[in-house]
Parts: sequence; structure tokens; C-alpha cells
Amino acid sequence: MTIDLEAETAAEAVIDRKRRTLTIRKYVPVLGTLVLLCIMYGIGIANYENFYNTQILLNIFIDNAFLLVVAIGMTFVILTGGIDLSVGSVVALTTMVSAVTLNHGWPAPLVMITVLVMGSVLGFGMGCMIHYFELQPFIVTLAGMFLARGLCYVISTSSIPIDDPTWITLSQKRIPIGSFSITPSVIIAAIIVVIAAVVLAWTRLGRTVYAIGGNQQSATLMGLPVARVKIAVYTISGFCSAAGGLLLSFYMSSGDPLHAVGMELDAIAAVVIGGTILTGGSGYVVGTVLGIIVLGLIQTIITFQGTLSSWWTKIFIGALLFLFVLLQRTVVRRTPS
Amino acid sequence: MEQSRPILVMRGVGKRFPGVVALRDVDFRLFPGEVHALMGENGAGKSTLIKVLTGVYSIDDGSVEMAGEPVLFGGPAQAQQAGVSTVYQEINLCTNLSVAENIYIGREPRRLGLIDFRRMRADAGDLLRSLGIRVDPGSPLAAHSIAVQQMVAIARAVDISAQVLILDEPTSSLDAGEVEQLFRVVRQLKEKGLAIVFVTHFLDQVYAIADRITVLRNGSLVGEFRTADLPQRDLVEKMIGQELSTLESLDQQKPALREVEAGRPLIEADDLGRSGAIAPFNLTIHEGEVVGLAGLLGSGRSELARLLFGADRSDSGHLKVDGKNVSLRGPRTAMGQNIAYLSENRRADGLVEELSVRENIILALQASRGWTRPVPRKKQDELVGRYVKALHIRPSDPEIPVRNLSGGNQQKVLLARWLITEPRLLILDEPTRGIDIGAKAEIQKLVVELADGGMAVLFISAELEEVLRLSHKIAVLRDRVVVAQLANTEDVDADRIMTTIATGVTA
Amino acid sequence: MSAVLKHRLFWPVAALLVLLLSNLIFTPGFFNIEVRQSHLYGSLVDILRLSAPLLLVALGMTLVIATGGIDLSVGSVMAVSGALACLYIVHQPDQGAPGTIIVACLLGIAIALVLGLWNGFLVSVIGLQPIIATLILMVAGRGLAQLITEGQIITVNSPGYRFLSAGYWLTFPFAVILAAVVVALTVVLTRRTALGMLVESVGGNPRASRLAGVSSRTLIWGVYVFTGLCAGIAGLMATANVSSADGNNTGYLIELNAILAVVIGGTSLAGGRFSIAGTVVGALLIQTLDTTIYTTGIPAQTTQLFKAIVVIAICLIQSPAFRAKLRRRPAAPVAPAPAAPSKAEVSL
Repeated sequence: MTIDLEAETAAEAVIDRKRRTLTIRKYVPVLGTLVLLCIMYGIGIANYENFYNTQILLNIFIDNAFLLVVAIGMTFVILTGGIDLSVGSVVALTTMVSAVTLNHGWPAPLVMITVLVMGSVLGFGMGCMIHYFELQPFIVTLAGMFLARGLCYVISTSSIPIDDPTWITLSQKRIPIGSFSITPSVIIAAIIVVIAAVVLAWTRLGRTVYAIGGNQQSATLMGLPVARVKIAVYTISGFCSAAGGLLLSFYMSSGDPLHAVGMELDAIAAVVIGGTILTGGSGYVVGTVLGIIVLGLIQTIITFQGTLSSWWTKIFIGALLFLFVLLQRTVVRRTPS
Repeated sequence: MEQSRPILVMRGVGKRFPGVVALRDVDFRLFPGEVHALMGENGAGKSTLIKVLTGVYSIDDGSVEMAGEPVLFGGPAQAQQAGVSTVYQEINLCTNLSVAENIYIGREPRRLGLIDFRRMRADAGDLLRSLGIRVDPGSPLAAHSIAVQQMVAIARAVDISAQVLILDEPTSSLDAGEVEQLFRVVRQLKEKGLAIVFVTHFLDQVYAIADRITVLRNGSLVGEFRTADLPQRDLVEKMIGQELSTLESLDQQKPALREVEAGRPLIEADDLGRSGAIAPFNLTIHEGEVVGLAGLLGSGRSELARLLFGADRSDSGHLKVDGKNVSLRGPRTAMGQNIAYLSENRRADGLVEELSVRENIILALQASRGWTRPVPRKKQDELVGRYVKALHIRPSDPEIPVRNLSGGNQQKVLLARWLITEPRLLILDEPTRGIDIGAKAEIQKLVVELADGGMAVLFISAELEEVLRLSHKIAVLRDRVVVAQLANTEDVDADRIMTTIATGVTA
Repeated sequence: MSAVLKHRLFWPVAALLVLLLSNLIFTPGFFNIEVRQSHLYGSLVDILRLSAPLLLVALGMTLVIATGGIDLSVGSVMAVSGALACLYIVHQPDQGAPGTIIVACLLGIAIALVLGLWNGFLVSVIGLQPIIATLILMVAGRGLAQLITEGQIITVNSPGYRFLSAGYWLTFPFAVILAAVVVALTVVLTRRTALGMLVESVGGNPRASRLAGVSSRTLIWGVYVFTGLCAGIAGLMATANVSSADGNNTGYLIELNAILAVVIGGTSLAGGRFSIAGTVVGALLIQTLDTTIYTTGIPAQTTQLFKAIVVIAICLIQSPAFRAKLRRRPAAPVAPAPAAPSKAEVSL
């Protein structure tokens, strides 16, 4: 079955060109993040002594490992076109529960499993409400945010120090890489990043996440398990929040109801700056990692600058959010529907 | 064509919704290796029949048999597993994924638990080639035209189950070349022995591809015909049917014979058009004149109306109002020229359902005055009261939410909304569809009165009787082109209009 | 009686009354109101006074939500407006001079209006999703506020400024009078003009509104500006209450409380019909809850727990899917009429 090949070839050339630009366009947001990152890194190296030191980059990961893990969970949610405002509170709740149970003498592995299950269950519950009662993710996770933060204060209104040996080891241990070093938390975050990337790119769950974000109605009509995957996504976000909470409790060696206040905003910002489109269906885990580095670089540059105060961080993040949302909008608009 | 045993038989199918009988005792047979067109005007029951078949709706009466076995599907997924796949008008694929993924998502080939993309692309390539579709399976679906996306959807459906394929208005947004591309694929599937149901309202396409035609009207079966035995003109007649109701209240005389002296030209469209929606057309509407638009669903009736109201921007030609060129930038500018548009889709484009009857009636007048100049409450009550009475809107309490009214009364509310803006041109897009006979007669009578009072009316309806009864002039649309404009004289009748719709040539 | 039960404000008002009554258990003289030096005192008066900023923010939020939008940046706008006003005051030789205070207030309100214009621009002209558009300012606004205060807490020593929150006028707390005046003005503005109806129509069915000639772009833009204004005044009040501006904490989490108040008051998050009376009840309910928790000695922060329960309960009551499941009826199928386009769909 061949059909007027000549005409087809000419038409195909046009389509090919169009297709190539579209394939590239898919990566525009992430590439934008990468370019931004290089520029920022260049500015840092050009202006500040010692900025080239690789340890500076590694420190970004050390200081933001928990945020990275939380942002990975957020990436899943945003890819389906949802949002999870509860992450910061779940992180705080995790640190509180860890601190209290450890102080009651629970063994460290049991504590870790307990909080991870707790985070997942919270996420699962929110996912069920969003899917089965057709409530807006925004409002359900807002309730989850209130709930988890309120539970923190039910446990204790003040900070609880953690002196469990496992926690102390995990918090103080440095793993050398050449002449530099990282913490176990970075390794854990890296493992989660790799797993998340593989799940999103090469499993049915991951591809269904993209399908739902692309067009939930189509996904349903194509017979995909939309309900299961949507609930799974919030469960994953809950799990990641709990994991991030554990990393934060290593980092801070304490449980505090005031931990991670506003972290949901940082996580959303990292995901968006990392090129994931807020309406869902397009974005990559690697983008989120880049987004975290960008946030970290902003802080680092501001620290190196010395004269710039910390609040510029927020202004810069806001400006970047604006830029990237605009960039996404132009990209989405040009895509034929 | 193999006529031995039907693959699918639906017998005596009935489906009721609260207050509506959507299907009544419908039979449908489908043979392997045939393309079977399912035809009917809006509300005829085509999509309900498809949805009953695929299990989207439960079945109230009758039975469905596949290959001799009685079946009852719980939903599209179940139907698909049993060999019945549907490709919808709206592409139900995910354009953010690749072509290959769209074909295989949910059943991807896997290796070691992970998706084997290489094999998936190879399989997709083979499948697409076997159907004569030349597309790179690795490319994102968004990079391709709607036609190609449609074919990818077909490839997916065929690959999942290869017995019955339902194409639900697949060609609505395709141009002629793309339709031909699609038909090549369809013909190939037919040769492979698939049974294909083709839902459409494009006559030419039916004759180009279908072997048989089943016509539905108002939820009932009109008949099953061999395409070769059914001339286009007869098909149109069977789809549109004859208006059986008697509307005694209405003057049965044709308006042109009522010797109404048409006034000055009010609206002159000069090569006005919008690519992809309606081909450039010329149309003049005089004061006191009723111009009817006749044509099948999807022939460009609403698109024409939307251009005249500025709801869509034209990309060619000019529009003159009172002999002066105007450029309609949106509904507001059109309203400034005293043009009003009663849209076809009451719920999506007309009503604000949670607002009251009074608020819905006052909305357009208020919008044109701006928020700072509210219509005084007393004036509102007076205006609303007058129209509730004049149009017999029931219940007559203007403070109840408009969603509590019946379809006919909702339509009258929208009519009232536009009448109180005192328009000079009133565009009515299917004003009588889906409403009861009494309300219908009232609306028709009103149109005559308004025109007698000097208002110009553009009246769009799928029912030819109605158009013939009301219009001084009739513009006939076919496949998004105005093919004829006839003065509604003695010798113009439904027969002639149907022939024009069917052939595109004035008889 | 059944008419009373069916009124959409029945449950919020009932909850408010129950909550107020339950205070009697902990505070016997809870309902006592006395006049000292021609000033009104009492727990109820305190609740009214403290609820003023929330009420103002919720008022603006009501209109934004009625158009089908949302404004997350109100807390940040409060912080910016309060910070700017306080910054101006501390740099004046006479911090208490009426002129100083008037200029400070005007400055605060002006910057809030600018920020509202920005939000409205992003939503109505650029066409961003309201959540995203206002998220930008929610993040950046905090930074802006801290930039103004240079990361410090600006403490003002100005009885005149404090008057905004704690002062009395005609025996009533000035903050209550101010809030009442703004509420009254809003009611007049929305219900005496056609604004309210047009806003409801845009939120109820944007497509139909456009075809009826409603200029939704201007309306939506205006609504965000109005919310900015309300947040600006609230920011002045909140900073006046503590005589200091803290870029980090002024108006912290108020956007969520405001959304909660609006939702409690019966305005649907999907847009459409709004109820200012409902929002007033909602805001009072939230403030009473805070006050009650405070007086019972439960850690104040646990109010969030109760709020979570309230949010979930109200959303479930509003959810058609939930009601359908309660009635144990299968969700589909509905009549085959063409469905109205989902209002939640706003393209990015």
C-alpha cells in the first residue's frame, strides 16, 4: 500500500521540520532552567572568590536535600495537573513524630517506617477525597496542611531535640568524594531522585501520570487506571514529604512544629522553575533537580554578596516564577492542541 | 461485501432519560467488512445509540448481540475488550505523549518491569505502516494534524480489538485532503474485514465511503438503506422529516405572500468569512425581513451567525450596518450596533444557571449599560414582568433560579434577554430546538410579530417547515458554504430546499 | 421553621452561636459588655475588633472567588502595605502628627492598589491561572515587605497610628467602625450598582457572559484591585494593632483563613453567587474559634486542626459527588444535554 509518494515526501519534509521544533520545544523549559543555572553559576564564579569550589555546589545539595525530596513528590502531583499544599506541614509533623517516638525509646528503623507510612496514609487520604468526591486539590491539601500543622501542636508547642545515636550519626557523618564531602541525606535524596526519574520515564504508572496531566478525560477513555494513579500521586507526595521530614530531622536534630513553614511554596517554585508545566503533562525530575540548584544558587550568591539581604531570595524566586510561568505560557500556546 | 452473518445486532433498543425518550425501539445491524453510516439530525439519537452500545449508558429496553451472543457492556473499556472500539470526534488521546505511546499506553511492551520503548516504537511503526499511515512513531502527537491524530486513534483502537470500529464524527474538523487520507485507512480496514460504524452529518462523505445507511429521527428508526439505493435527496428528507404538528395559531400563509414591504437594507455582508468556519458569503438583511438559514447540522449555520455577532472575528470581507462599514471586535460592539444573538447552546452559551430569571433577562441590557448605571429595580421589575407575561414564561415568579425552568421557558428567558435590548437585528440560532410544541408555536408567532414591527430577524433552524413558514428569504448552507439564496415565493417548498441541501444546486 | 433551616446561612450562624455559648463554660462573663469612659469593653467587642483585618481581606476574597478566581497574595500585600506605612512614620520627626498618619495610610493603600493592579493584569490580560498568578506575589511580596523593613521589625511610636486598631470613636472601636463602613460600602457597591450581578454572571458562566456583552476583563481586573485595597487597609490595621511592622509575620496565613471564611459563608469556590453577609459570619466564626481556643488554654495553634475539620466538612457538603454518594445513587448517567463547560478549566 503506497500512496502518491512524491507528494507525501514533500509534505513529510514540512511535517518533519515542524515535528523537530516541537520535540525541542518540549525541552525548552528545562533548557531554560539549565541556561539560567549556567548564567548564575558564571556570575558567581566571576564575582566571588572561592565560588568555583565544588564543595559550594555540594553544599547546595547538603542544605537542600530535604527540599529536593519534597519537590520530587510535588513534581508527581503537578505533572497530573494537581497541587499539594500540605507538604510543609507533613514535613513538620514527621519531625515531631520522629522526635517524640525516639524519645520514647522506639528503635530508629521502626520510627522511620512509622513516619513514612504516616505520610503516605495522609497523602492517600487526600488523594481519595480529591478523586472520589471531586474536590479541588487546592482546598483538600489546604485542609491537609491545617490538619498536619495542628497535629504538630497537639504533640508539642515547642521544639523537641533528638539525641538518638542513629540520627546523630546520620546528621554528622560526612562521606568523602575526592577532597570534598557530602552527607548521607544527599545520597538518600539522590536515590529517591533516580527512582522517581525511572518511575516517571519507564513505568506504566509514570506514563499514566503524564497522560492524566495531558488530558484526564482522554486517559479515562483510553481505559487507564486514572483513579488509582491520581491517588497514588498524592500518596507518593505524602511519602516524599515524610522522607523529606526525616532528612530535615537529621539536618536539624530536632522536631519542631515551626519546621518547614512555607516549604510548599519553595517546593512548588522549584518544580515550576525546573520547567514542569503547572497544568500538568510536561516536565522532568531532572528539571526539578535543576530548580533546586537554582534556588540554592540564589541563596549562595546572596550569602557571598554579603551586602544583599536574605529577603532578596524571595524577590528573586518570585521574579523567576513569573518568568517561567510566562515562558511556559508561550510554549503551551504555540503547541497545536 | 460479505452478507452472511452480522457481527453486531441491536434489537428494539430503548433509552429514557428523566422527561425524555432518547431512543425508541431502534434496530441496528452491522456486518463484517462494511462501512455503515449512522445518520440523523441533532437529537435524533445517534450518540445515545453509540453510548448504549458501548456501555456508557445502561440499556432500558431491547438487546445487543455480538457474533450471535447476547452482550451487555459495563463501559467503554469492557466494550473495547470485547472488540468494540470507538474513536470520537474530539481526539481522545494525550497530545503531550508520543505517537507510539498513544497507541500502546496502558499495555506497553515491558522488559524487566520497565517499558521497552524501542520495541514499542518498532511495533507502532509496523502497525502504522500496515494501515498505510506514514508517521514517525517517536514524534510527539501534538506535532501532527488532527487528521493524523485521528488515524493514530484508529490505529490504537484497531490494535486493541479488531472487530467493530465506531467512528463518531471523525471528519468534523478535517479538510478535504485529510478526509481522503482518513478514508484510505478506513477502506483498508474494511478490506481486512472490520465492521465500521461511521457517524457523520456530511452527505458527500457518506456516499464516498458507506455501504449502508441507518437513519434515525427523534429517537426512532427511520430505516436501513443501501447507499446505492438511496438518492441524496431522499436521505435528506428522511433525516429532516416532515413537521407533523399543526400550528393553527399561526398564519399559514407564506410571509412573502403577506405582502410585507421590506424596509431599507440593515445588514450587508460582503464576502464575509472565516477560514475553517464558513466560506466568504454575501448576505443582505432588510428591516422587517425574516431571513431563514437552512442547512444540516455542521453546515456552518452557527458559524455564520457568530460572525454577524462578532462572537468570532471574520478574516475576510466587510460588514455594513445601515450602509456604514463596521468592524465587530466582539459581542459588545455588535450590541452597540443593535444586533442580538440567541445562541444555539442554551446551557453553555446562554444561561447563567444559578442567577434568577430576572437577572438572566436583564443581563445583556445591563452589560451594555456598564456596571455603574444599574437598571433601576423598578424598571427591571416592569420590563421583566412585561416579558414574562408577553412570552408566557412559567413559572411567572422572576426571582427563582433560571435552572428550575423547563427548556422552553429557559429559551423564552433568553429571548426576553435580547428583546429588552430592543435590537434591530435579532439572530435566532435554533430557538425552537428541544422545547415543547406550545412554546415552539409561541416563539414562531413572536418572530412574525417582531418582523411586522420592523425588526430584522435571522432565523436558523434545522426544521425546514419552520424556516419556510417564517422567512421572506432563505439562504441555504451546505458544507460551510452558502450555496443558494431563494426568495420564499409560492414555488419554493421543502422539496426544493432539500434538493439544494443535498446537491448544492438550486433546483 | 423549615425555611429558617434551609437558609444558606443557617449552619454558619448556628455554629457561631454554639461557639459563642460554649464560651460561657470557660468565661462566665463572656457576654458581658460594659461602657467604661464611654468606651465599649467585653469579649464580644474584642472578637469584633480582632476580626476586622480578616473580615476586610475576606471581603475582597469574596468578590475574587465569585469571579471564579482566588487571591493567594493578600497576606503579602498586607505585609507590604503595613511595612511601607510604618517605614514612613518612623522617618517623620513627629510620629503622632495627623498629617503623618494620613500620608502613611495613603502610601500603604497606594502600594496595595498597585499590587492589586499587578495581580489583575496577570489574570485578566495575560490570562494566567489565578492560583499561579497570585502565587508569584505571595512569594515575592514577602521579600518586598522585608526589603522595606530591611528585615527588621519596624516599631512605631504613634498613638495616632495605633488608633486605627485600638482606638475608640463614638464609644465603638475604630477598627470595627472602619470594617463596618467598608462592608457597607461594598454591599452598596455590589448590590446598589450592577457590579454584583455582573461579577456573579462572569463567575457563573464566563462564555455566556461574554456573549451577553459583559466586559469580563475589566471586571476581573477591578476585583483584584479591590482585593488589593482591602488587604492594604487590613495591613494598616494589623500593623497598627501591634504598633510594628514585621515583613515576615504580618498577615501570615491570612489568605487561607480568608478563603475559609468565604467558603463557610456559602460562596462556592467555583464562582458565581456570593454572599457578603455569609463572609461576615464566616470571618466572625473563625475569629471566635481563635478566641475560644485561646481562652480555654488549649495551645492556640491547634485551632488549625479545627479549621481543617471545618474545611473538609464544608467542602464535602458542597461537593455534588459526595452528596450523590450519600444518596447511594450511581453517579452517571445524566440526561444527554450538552454539558456546560467546566468552570474550573482555566488554561495556563
